[in-house]
Amino acid sequence: MIDKTVATAADAVAQIYDGATVMIGGFGSAGQPAELIDALIAQGARELTIVNNNAGNGDTGLAALLKARRVKKMICSFPRQSDSYEFDALYRAGEIELELVPQGNLACRIQAAGSGLGAVFTPTGYGTLLAEGKETREINGKHYVLEYPISADFALIKAQHGDRWGNLVYRKTARNFGPIMAAAAKVTIAQVSEIVPLGALDPEQVVTPGIFVQQLVAV
Amino acid sequence: MYQPLNRDQLAARVARDIPEGSYVNLGIGLPTRIANFLDPEKEIFLHSENGLLGMGPAPAPGEEDPELINAGKEFVTLLTGGCYFHHGDSFTMMRGGHIDICVLGAFQIAANGDLANWHTGAADAIPAVGGAMDLAVGARKVFVTTDHVTKKGEPKIVERCSYPLTGVGCVARIYTDLAVIDVTPQGLLVQEMVPGISREQLQAMTGAALQFSANCQ
Repeated sequence: MIDKTVATAADAVAQIYDGATVMIGGFGSAGQPAELIDALIAQGARELTIVNNNAGNGDTGLAALLKARRVKKMICSFPRQSDSYEFDALYRAGEIELELVPQGNLACRIQAAGSGLGAVFTPTGYGTLLAEGKETREINGKHYVLEYPISADFALIKAQHGDRWGNLVYRKTARNFGPIMAAAAKVTIAQVSEIVPLGALDPEQVVTPGIFVQQLVAV
Repeated sequence: MYQPLNRDQLAARVARDIPEGSYVNLGIGLPTRIANFLDPEKEIFLHSENGLLGMGPAPAPGEEDPELINAGKEFVTLLTGGCYFHHGDSFTMMRGGHIDICVLGAFQIAANGDLANWHTGAADAIPAVGGAMDLAVGARKVFVTTDHVTKKGEPKIVERCSYPLTGVGCVARIYTDLAVIDVTPQGLLVQEMVPGISREQLQAMTGAALQFSANCQ
């Protein structure tokens, strides 16, 4: 019998190692797997590269991971926010590296990794600072920038319900990066509000098939 | 004497140009306000890049759901018939030419339609771009709303942008507090001006050459 559930968030993140690249789902705090991040802080892995749309809000979740100085590099589209003071302080002190990626390129580079593509030609960013030094190509009269996949060792995501095979459904706009990050990481760990019996999720409604999920934990 | 449009008047003016059935993304800031002026009799699909289509107004106090937010991370609602999707699908809609109109703010717009709206280029600024570059290249029509000049009185419509670009040649139409201006292959064409302003006054506040349609006297 296959059962991907683990008992606690601490068990789920135990294998994350120093220097790992970790995707963290969420757009601001919607969809952020707060309990998994708290467990990661307690676990102690450091020198992490974190992929997220933002760079932490307030004092909790990703912001707390930054404050604990566990993050070497952020890959994100929108770090600067009214309440991103933890990131702002590290950035101004030169204590964190930033790779700024337009949001759609972040999404398609994550999808490219999950889909096994070698790269993508994207129109976004052509002719801007964020494409400087990158290969470009004109295809059918339009200009594109070559962007490489973003893969990860681990993805931490939040869904609403999951079953022991790892099938997931999400809730409202908390879905955001969850499904595409799940496919792009070697090990995807999902926190869910409830683990339901196999067969309880309508197969027509499953958003992330269990093949993309290695572990799940109810929080 | 002339009176510039206030922010609600500017939002209402843009709203008039959004036809029923359009798929529309309204950027953060003034563009968001346009939603308040869309004709409730028209069905217009508002898209928010964090993953919803059919976005409704802010919820009543006490009804806020932290998992139902817009791209500005404000609480919103979903209209009947609306739906949720992940970021890959959301940016497929944006980059794949499925969004009919997006409305963005601007630091500067150039005569050729170049847009600068994400970064001042200041050395101490923390850069953040979000979905602006995707909308600039991906929406079928990019509208810009902006004050005609900066708080210091400098033109925001210029021959060439001095701020870092968001997109190249992407702007179709500019709505300012003084005028509606189309970006055409022949240059900037003023379609409307606020009452009482002269062509010379508008040109003096604009950093690129203007042409005027026949109805702008």
